[in-house]
Amino acid sequence: MPDRLILHPDAVARLMPLHLWLTPDGMIRQVGPTLQKLRPGIEMPGGEFDDLFDLRRPRDAGPIWRLGDGATMRVQLAFRGTSGTALKGLAIGLGKGRGVLINLSFGISVVDAVAQFGLTLGDFAATDLAVEMLYLVEAKTAVEAETRRLTQRLQLARIAAEEQAYTDTLTGLKNRRALQPVMARLLEQPAAFGVMHVDLDYFKEVNDTHGHAAGDHVLQQAAQILQQETRASDTVIRLGGDEFVLLLDGPMTMARMRAIAQRIIERLQEPIPFEGNLCRISASIGAALSSDYDHPEPEQLLHDADMALYASKRAGRARLSMANGQEQATAGWGTLG
Amino acid sequence: MHGLINRSIQCFVQDTYGAQAWQQVAEAAEVSPDGFEAMLRYDDVVTTNMLECLSERLSKPLDVLLEDLGTYLVANPRLEATRRLLRFGGEDFLEFLHSLEDLPGRARLAVPDLELPELEVREDGASCFRLVCNWRFPGACNLMSGILRAMADDYGALVVLDVEYGYRPYVRIELLDGAYAEGRQFDLARKTGAANA
Repeated sequence: MPDRLILHPDAVARLMPLHLWLTPDGMIRQVGPTLQKLRPGIEMPGGEFDDLFDLRRPRDAGPIWRLGDGATMRVQLAFRGTSGTALKGLAIGLGKGRGVLINLSFGISVVDAVAQFGLTLGDFAATDLAVEMLYLVEAKTAVEAETRRLTQRLQLARIAAEEQAYTDTLTGLKNRRALQPVMARLLEQPAAFGVMHVDLDYFKEVNDTHGHAAGDHVLQQAAQILQQETRASDTVIRLGGDEFVLLLDGPMTMARMRAIAQRIIERLQEPIPFEGNLCRISASIGAALSSDYDHPEPEQLLHDADMALYASKRAGRARLSMANGQEQATAGWGTLG
Repeated sequence: MHGLINRSIQCFVQDTYGAQAWQQVAEAAEVSPDGFEAMLRYDDVVTTNMLECLSERLSKPLDVLLEDLGTYLVANPRLEATRRLLRFGGEDFLEFLHSLEDLPGRARLAVPDLELPELEVREDGASCFRLVCNWRFPGACNLMSGILRAMADDYGALVVLDVEYGYRPYVRIELLDGAYAEGRQFDLARKTGAANA
């Protein structure tokens, strides 16, 4: 058995497509085919190592081509005059005037290098895991894109479900679940906001006389009127049955609430036609204004608006009462009999 | 079964036979018309049931359908990512063939819970091979023969493929010419947006 392994330079090129063979005086003797591909315009063999390469690590190692027989050194190289692709590898002294062999690899910069230099599968050593790494990067990107799409779809579904959970199916208004979050939002604002509790008058009579289909129709019409007579920034909630709560965005004043309530009552009193019959309703309203309280609490405002609503009912319906005791006259609004 | 596989079948039906065909298959198989999420898992029975309904709806034997599905997975531009990931297997068709045994492992690197057929490549003479497929589902050989047919086109190789049924079914592969035609372009570097499946 010979104690030395002798390789033909072509075999070295096949085994290590990214190798450099330096002469003992620092000239480039041979370059691996892939390494040569990275410098297409420059004929590397015959050139000076120092002219073409920049030894980045170790910085102060001295001339790398003087490595002694069998001595090794981990190195990091870059092409001189470029900031890009750094190659890393191992240099080994070949001894007896044979120079130094450096075997290189791309490391993590392989993804960019492949794109920049148009490398193919055959440009890598059979043992190089570069291709596996490219494969993984690409597979990971594809899977990530798929996961992102799933997350987006789930996000949209969540928003839709939430919207649905807060919606009253008969009228399309918000339901009582929306009360808490909207109140909380209004309380965070400095401006005074209004709470109006609206109860339809004579709704039970409509249901009893004309049936539930008529009742549902009347509720839908009433919901539409409530929405038309308020602004987009206000919230109209159907609490259930024929009870509604209006949360009126600030800045709100008593005078404005009075005007809104008057319009609502007037419009609700217009007879609603349904299957040849005319359904007649009106509304009793109780209102509270957040600026009437030192520390406005949602429960308190709702409770006081509710109390004011009952005051309106007791006073003969079709009217507005304020929680602070200023009961409004019904003069001119008309009442139903 | 992994959602990726179910989703692939769904895309195959939609792209090949149209949205209406998919609606009918989904209804018959009691699958949501929106279909499958690629990153979720589903019961195996959902997949087998769907394939049966598909076979019935199209009056095509399952073997033929699976082979068409295999070809679709590679050849359809919408699934460019699959073709590219397979092309990483080797520089020519022969190398690709030898890389097939690594395929389930490679797939698991990307999607840890993706179960693909266990593959075994045996040489059967100079240019003849046997691909033995082991899977929990029947028809793996047909699916693989569809994939191989499309990959041969992709590499520009001329091959003869036959599924041999028996105790252990396998795909018989005869490589007549590895460089018969030009083949499709493959750059190691991915063009931005090319991985959208």
